[in-house]
Amino acid sequence: MDNWTFGITMTVVGMGGTLLSLWIFSLLMSALKRFFPYKEEEKGKGN
Amino acid sequence: MQEAIGSGLYGLVAGFLHVHWSNPVMVVVGLILLYLGIKKDIEPVLLVPIGFGCILVNIPLAGLMEKEGFLRVIYDAGITTELFPLLIFIGIGAMTDFGPLLENPKIFLLGAAGQFGIFLTLSLALALGFTKLEAVSIGIIGACDGPTAIYVTSQYAPHLLGAVSVAAYCYMSLVPMIQPPIMRWLTTKEERMINMGMVKTSVSSTTKILFPLVVTVLGGLIAPKGLPLLATIMLGNFMKECGVVGRLARASENEIANIVTLLLGISIGATMDGRVFLTAQTLIILVLGFVAICLDTACGVLFGKLMKVLTGGKVNPLIGAAGISAYPMSARVVQKEGQKYNRQNFLLMHAMGANTGGQVGSVMAAAVMLSILKGMGII
Repeated sequence: MDNWTFGITMTVVGMGGTLLSLWIFSLLMSALKRFFPYKEEEKGKGN
Repeated sequence: MQEAIGSGLYGLVAGFLHVHWSNPVMVVVGLILLYLGIKKDIEPVLLVPIGFGCILVNIPLAGLMEKEGFLRVIYDAGITTELFPLLIFIGIGAMTDFGPLLENPKIFLLGAAGQFGIFLTLSLALALGFTKLEAVSIGIIGACDGPTAIYVTSQYAPHLLGAVSVAAYCYMSLVPMIQPPIMRWLTTKEERMINMGMVKTSVSSTTKILFPLVVTVLGGLIAPKGLPLLATIMLGNFMKECGVVGRLARASENEIANIVTLLLGISIGATMDGRVFLTAQTLIILVLGFVAICLDTACGVLFGKLMKVLTGGKVNPLIGAAGISAYPMSARVVQKEGQKYNRQNFLLMHAMGANTGGQVGSVMAAAVMLSILKGMGII
């Protein structure tokens, strides 16, 4: 594979892959927050 | 008798006779690193052992990096095996509070945008004639994350380890000088004044405990080659959040991290032998590292502007600059810049969210990169 193809592939797939991964993480975190909502009594626990 | 005395005397001056022109230059470089660490407070815990290691390895005939030399033993034990950066990651995980990120998970995307400089710099390095794996190692300076840079470079371009590590740590500490002009250049005064309000506590402890587990499993499935990086940072965070292994979490962020940082620093310094370090290539790597961090900042701020538009003006684009991994320095820079234009603006917690997103983002970017390389059959 020549350097040009390699560079373009890494840039497009790398940036896209990183963005997609973190977007999926953000969706999962939103889902976790919905399934396990914060309760007022946790305030005192220091977590 | 005379011959014996002559040989004995030669033994005492042999060190001086074997000094290569590059050795004194590198001793000066080592002294500069020590000066930056001690007098300027630039990453002292790393620059002091790196500077000292650099001086040591440039004293001829000591053989510290030859087989069975003590620096070689440390290097082989922790850098060749990739153990040191991974142990440091456990400590980083144990030190990091992902709470502000979990309050507003959309900010995760800024942590991705803050890594775009890695990939753009990789292409630049290729255009300048570096090999594919060298370009990958140079691009990773843009992760703004020392252990990730060391992990990748020690595997795929170990001859560049000294230059890449020094660039990564120096530029990380120069973030307060590098970022503000770019932030001001890419935003309007009105954008810098946007008030994002206070961050409310809305994350349960269950969510905080599940976060590292979910990220490890899912991230590992997406990019298996980067699992060691992701798993170690998440292990540290899991120990912190689960609340039942406080001793282990404290040991990870204190004793283990301190010992490993010392050994890591001196090992990196030991790669800075003048005969291999003083090349035009090193200078180009330092310039490309700077470009990578500038591009990261620019991409983060531009993505922040996009989020501002998509949210109807609720996001201050400045927080995009914190999407890099320099934690918590970058978040503090954002807070300071925001307050210059609106005294009532408290961006710190929002920026902390983006900054911790940048930590996960940098690890994920490296993991994605390694998995693409594996997929292409290059590694």
